[in-house]
Amino acid sequence: MSISLAAEPIIHIGDFPVTNSFITGILGTSLVALLFLILTKKESKLSYFLIRGFYNFASGIAGEKTREFFPLFFTFFLFILFGNWIGLLPGVGSIGFFEHHGEEVKFIPLLRAVTSDLNTTLALALISMSAVQYYGIKHLGLPYFKKFFNFSSPINGFVGILELVSEFSKIISYAFRLFGNIFAGEVLLAVMATLIPVLIPAPFFFMEVFVGFIQAVVFSMLTIVFLNIATISHGEEVATHGH
Amino acid sequence: MDIKLLAVALAIGLGAIGPGIGIGILSGKALEAIGRNPEAAGKIQTNMVLALAFCEAIAIYALVVALIIKFV
Repeated sequence: MSISLAAEPIIHIGDFPVTNSFITGILGTSLVALLFLILTKKESKLSYFLIRGFYNFASGIAGEKTREFFPLFFTFFLFILFGNWIGLLPGVGSIGFFEHHGEEVKFIPLLRAVTSDLNTTLALALISMSAVQYYGIKHLGLPYFKKFFNFSSPINGFVGILELVSEFSKIISYAFRLFGNIFAGEVLLAVMATLIPVLIPAPFFFMEVFVGFIQAVVFSMLTIVFLNIATISHGEEVATHGH
Repeated sequence: MDIKLLAVALAIGLGAIGPGIGIGILSGKALEAIGRNPEAAGKIQTNMVLALAFCEAIAIYALVVALIIKFV
């Protein structure tokens, strides 16, 4: 059983290590892009229902701002969904080569689930929170920063500091939630396959398919929820709570 | 080595208590709410899954810490 917390570099281009999860990411993304190019070219019912369904789901959260947020939301969803599921394909994580480090021999898989690399999830979290700040400033202008720097009273000042800290903790929470779920799933599958290799790992595979879907939904839903919160001005918020 | 394994077990074991209680209360209340108002099931479900993810994240932090102790 070989489990490595970090993604292993396969080759180095100059100083840049090309890791196995990076290769899988490029392969997976191009496959999904190709699939959707074919699907949307024929105006198939499947892509229509898929996008329509998710659009309705998103507009339940964001209201009339859905049109603006939907591309980001759906891109996050698809990338994370296929990034999670690609790790469950046979061959991913099991085909590789042995590397000799003096005495010890290490197995390096050629492919690895995209989101079971902390770098990927951290990048996704940074994109998500940057988008939240961008849309917040775009919709509210400079008053957006009143959320963080409010000197009207000591209590509001302290709340502002808390808001500022929570903005950074959201990045960490996003990154670790996705990474932890997918990596833990991989470890679980590896452990189950070593303990009892016949039949028993099958239900765990189903569970991982479900977990991969749920995590993709959760990530994209949290993004759109935070986007929605960031673009609501304080006055509007009071008004909507008032009635 | 033995102490390290104990640390791993304690990290995930203690870390799973809080989220376990939290998820239990959360789903219990959500089911109660659906029972009282079955028409709102969809809305409750969406919010429940969101809150579950927050709850579960805490267990996942403990898991990540445990995995880091084990493998790094």
